[in-house]
Amino acid sequence: MDLMVLGQNAEEEEQAGGGCSAGSCGSTDDQVDLLPEHIREKVHNHPCYSEKAHHYFARMHVAVAPACNIQCHYCNRKYDCANESRPGVVSELLTPEQAVKKTMAVAANIPQMTVLGIAGPGDPLANPERTFHTFHTFRELSEKAPDIKLCVSTNGLALPAAVDELAKHNIDHVTITINCVDPEVGAKIYPWIFWNNRRIRGKKAAKILIDQQQKGLEMLVERGILVKVNSVLIPGVNDEHLQEVSRIVKSKGAFLHNVMPLISEAEHGTFYGIMGQRGPTPEELTTLQDACSGDMNMMRHCRQCRADAVGLLGEDRGDEFTMDKIEMMDIDYAEAMVKRAKVHEAIAKTLAADEAAANSDIQVAVDSRPVLMAVATSGSGVINQHFGHAREFLVYEASPAGVRFISHRKADQYCIGDDTCGEKESALTTTIRSLQGCEVVLCSKIGFEPWDELEKAGIQPNGEHAMEAIEEAVAAVYQEMAEAGKLDSTAVAAAA
Amino acid sequence: MSLSIIESCVNCWACLPVCPSNAIYEASPHFLIDAAKCTECEGDHATPQCASICPIEGAILDHLGEALNPPGSLTGIPPEKMDEAMAEIQAR
Repeated sequence: MDLMVLGQNAEEEEQAGGGCSAGSCGSTDDQVDLLPEHIREKVHNHPCYSEKAHHYFARMHVAVAPACNIQCHYCNRKYDCANESRPGVVSELLTPEQAVKKTMAVAANIPQMTVLGIAGPGDPLANPERTFHTFHTFRELSEKAPDIKLCVSTNGLALPAAVDELAKHNIDHVTITINCVDPEVGAKIYPWIFWNNRRIRGKKAAKILIDQQQKGLEMLVERGILVKVNSVLIPGVNDEHLQEVSRIVKSKGAFLHNVMPLISEAEHGTFYGIMGQRGPTPEELTTLQDACSGDMNMMRHCRQCRADAVGLLGEDRGDEFTMDKIEMMDIDYAEAMVKRAKVHEAIAKTLAADEAAANSDIQVAVDSRPVLMAVATSGSGVINQHFGHAREFLVYEASPAGVRFISHRKADQYCIGDDTCGEKESALTTTIRSLQGCEVVLCSKIGFEPWDELEKAGIQPNGEHAMEAIEEAVAAVYQEMAEAGKLDSTAVAAAA
Repeated sequence: MSLSIIESCVNCWACLPVCPSNAIYEASPHFLIDAAKCTECEGDHATPQCASICPIEGAILDHLGEALNPPGSLTGIPPEKMDEAMAEIQAR
């Protein structure tokens, strides 16, 4: 097949369009609202594909696929670590039988878990043996637990050969990591691939990988399988290139694009980490996501989870489901399915009610400036977390057009409930730094000390909206700010 | 004639399924090659498969004890150009 790269195909360019052709430009809605009905139906309860769903529904990954067939400069292939939370890291490798058992145990204990993904820690389709493990797991689960959605995540190199098998197992969500469509860029991200029994390096390797990814994407779309594309934003490498990637994958039928920030701490031991390649700032990430969103539905709530994560996106309950604990559990799945169906139905009702309530108008002057607000939540779409207990904050933007979700910001949990933590000061400082750019933080409660520190940093703490729906509370605070004259263009200088 | 895996192996599993002789096995603290089974892929492939997929420079040796993936061969950066490459990357 011919790979379409930058500006080679005028017709494609035209089809993909520019500006706001996809209808998502400037929208404040959840990206899922903009999808065709048949796709919405498939993703409404998928926490990774629907921003609204991720407040309620949980996911899990099973680590059955350790081997990989390529090297990415952001990946350290020593994956075994209990204390790190990032893609490619797991604590316990599972056989397909163990994976099936674990999935059913989690499904019975966390009924809001709707999705099982196989995402590594290597590549699930890396070689025939691993692919067999991956499909063995899927086949068993589609029989024993038909109420769980099955997903797979791949680098794409071996994808074309696996597409028919994927379709056979009723897997209707596939994620391909596509960081580039230009081999020049690819050679800076992928030092080599293993292809047809040889190691291939440099641009030649990147070209093969890119061709395979694009071919796999097209084949999946032809078969009606939903494709999400993940891209890692690497400043100075593919930052300017990712808009082109977004445009091309959309034109080929990918339904969602997830641009994630590079993780490159030196202690993770990745090539980029060791060499001092920096990750993007939150502003750089948002700017790029906004630039892509004219053409593509963008996912902004990804938490870049481990290859064995369990729970809501912001949490990891993997410790509750180690194999030794699972061996002790007695699961009656038929019974669990009844309970799960009830829980899912209740969530669907809540989501529908949220949607009906979400259309509350904001009455502010049209030239009011937008404001970023950070929210502490432990799920269910409400402000229900103590500031000091938050491991992350969700950032929303309020503007005259409405309220939209922007991103999440990781925070060090500085208060663990006792007074022994000597690192308290510095952790609070780190948290406040992570909230840079936000003017308000909404939480259920907050202590005096962090209140003071936040105010000093120019961030207004607010505990008045505890247990309220996030978007309504953000709209209400924005409205109050307008009434207090804080949104005039002259107020920008004061806030900055 | 046999290849060997040394302690810098990170147990990533990549080599095990690509060995045509089933010579590689999981062991602690790292994977090992059964010298009686290893053929260095002669007759099966142009290059030894384990060494062609291994992500760690220096982790697989030939029968003379030479690293099949010497320093710089997998990152694409020769050791003498490391400082230059680092400066370029840090300027991004």
